[in-house]
Amino acid sequence: MNKQKEPLFSKKNMKLITGPIGADNPITVLCLGVCSALAVTVKVEPAIIMAISVIVVTAFSNLIISLIRNTIPDRIRIIVQLVIVATLVIIVDQILKAYSPAVSKQLSVFVGLIITNCIIMGRIEAFALGNKPWPSFLDGIGNGLGYGIILIIVAFVREVLGAGTITIPGMGEFSVIPAAVYDAGYSDNGLMLLSPMALLVIGVIIWIQRSRNKNLIEHN
Amino acid sequence: MKIIRNLIDKTKPQFEKGGKYEKWLPIYESFETFFFVPATITKKGSHIRDAIDMKRSMIIVIIALLPALIFGMWNIGDLYFLSIGEQSTIMDSFFHGFLKVLPLIVVSYGVGLGVEFIFVYIRGHEINEGFLVTGMLIPLIVPIDIPLWMLGVATAFAVLIGKEAFGGTGMNIVNPALLARAFLFFAYPSKMSGDTVWINGLANNPNIVDGFTGETLLGQKANGISEGYSCFVDNKLSLFDMFIGNYAGCVGETSTLAILIGAFILLFTGIASFRIMFSVFTGGFLMALLFNSIAPAGNILLETSAIEHVLIGGFAFGAVFMATDPVTAAQTNKGKWIYGFLIGAFAILVRCVNPAYPEGMMLAILLLNVFSPLIDHYVVKANINARLKRTNLKTT
Repeated sequence: MNKQKEPLFSKKNMKLITGPIGADNPITVLCLGVCSALAVTVKVEPAIIMAISVIVVTAFSNLIISLIRNTIPDRIRIIVQLVIVATLVIIVDQILKAYSPAVSKQLSVFVGLIITNCIIMGRIEAFALGNKPWPSFLDGIGNGLGYGIILIIVAFVREVLGAGTITIPGMGEFSVIPAAVYDAGYSDNGLMLLSPMALLVIGVIIWIQRSRNKNLIEHN
Repeated sequence: MKIIRNLIDKTKPQFEKGGKYEKWLPIYESFETFFFVPATITKKGSHIRDAIDMKRSMIIVIIALLPALIFGMWNIGDLYFLSIGEQSTIMDSFFHGFLKVLPLIVVSYGVGLGVEFIFVYIRGHEINEGFLVTGMLIPLIVPIDIPLWMLGVATAFAVLIGKEAFGGTGMNIVNPALLARAFLFFAYPSKMSGDTVWINGLANNPNIVDGFTGETLLGQKANGISEGYSCFVDNKLSLFDMFIGNYAGCVGETSTLAILIGAFILLFTGIASFRIMFSVFTGGFLMALLFNSIAPAGNILLETSAIEHVLIGGFAFGAVFMATDPVTAAQTNKGKWIYGFLIGAFAILVRCVNPAYPEGMMLAILLLNVFSPLIDHYVVKANINARLKRTNLKTT
């Protein structure tokens, strides 16, 4: 069979990146990785750092697994995957500790818990084990981005409504609600800083997404 | 009434299919059925109990709430005049309270119905009458000095997340009015607890009389005062005073007497379940007795007598108006006993054991709201098993 060489950024490959951001979003559609989304979204800064870490880990774990997918014995594949993911997570964790110790402290155990993030194992099992390295790499980046975008939206809503500020990595904290509004009797919503609100914000995002895209609604 | 009927009959064709304002039919219809009993009765939904139309049953609940509302208005005014050291007649007090409570009611109905109208318009279904009661309950369970915008945000949250997200009236898992209160409680704790929010204008009024405190009875107990007083330390309350309810608290919760009048209306018309009401009181009472018997000396909350527990705070209001909500309560008769009993028991448990929350009724009802489908499930299962045993069927 004469196989034509596919261009690196063909339509099919681009869909691997754009899909998870929209209609195949790991959090809002597949409901993967919700736990860490609840924990690290109090402020925008840790959410952004977390998003970048997850993108790196998903992309490279997908790539590496895909490279050795034909040599992994089927019975012990989970343990092999775990070793690779754990190695990557430790590298990310060490880099964070070295270059931004403050954020690393904020994220605390949740960087380590990227290992158990369902998105990573899910994509390895569902995609990387059956696809070539390059599409797997793109799929990893796409799913990481889809996760990260939801994380940042949720963190944005929670921080603005809950604390009245926005923190951006490297630039510090900005207060977005003018003092005059506080003088007029406004006060921050303390509920937004509690985890249940993150779940509700994700729920509202799912609600909006489904009412705009009817294909996502299950019929039973 | 005749004028309204004529007006409705005249304008109706414009709203029916093909008419000019066809899209507005659901909203138009909701106003029509508010005034007149509609030709169709409610046909489905978990709130159906008999042939009475849902809107009528909702209006009876509103009537049952009136004694508590009127007493609450008088109480607000009375305590206000007490705090600035002025004499006042009953009418003065009532009128002051009326002017203070009215904005709460207007905001609650305005925001809640606004959200419902938007959803009715988007989804094209009939308006959900459920908010008639919710909109009246919300002002009754908040402190009088709550900022109006907070009340508006909480109401919108409750209708949106508590009800519309699940599909509207009859589909909600938790009681929307209590959800609004829980939202306020966790989002703006400084406006929902403490000793200044319960009396109108206490937080920044320069004319307060010396020695006046606006703490609730449960707040006093949490702070280690065993004999409850109203506003002044030497104004001790007897059990009968607590039953009448002239002391600081949420707008409608203080008077057990007014709430009991409402309870009789609800029970007499058969709107609310006597099983739930009775078992909530029983659960609370027994739990308090249990705590009394194991209380170490000097622990004021555990030593509080069972009768006092039932009379103070939001216990009676929650038992009569909140726990009996037909949508969120358990549906089976046995389930209702269990559901009510656990609400009463948990409310007293939270009050006595958790120092962070002086009042536990709200949390207890919300918790059991979530568990009521589970209770029903096991009641039905138990019934099936009992019948299987009786018939000696061997299932393979």
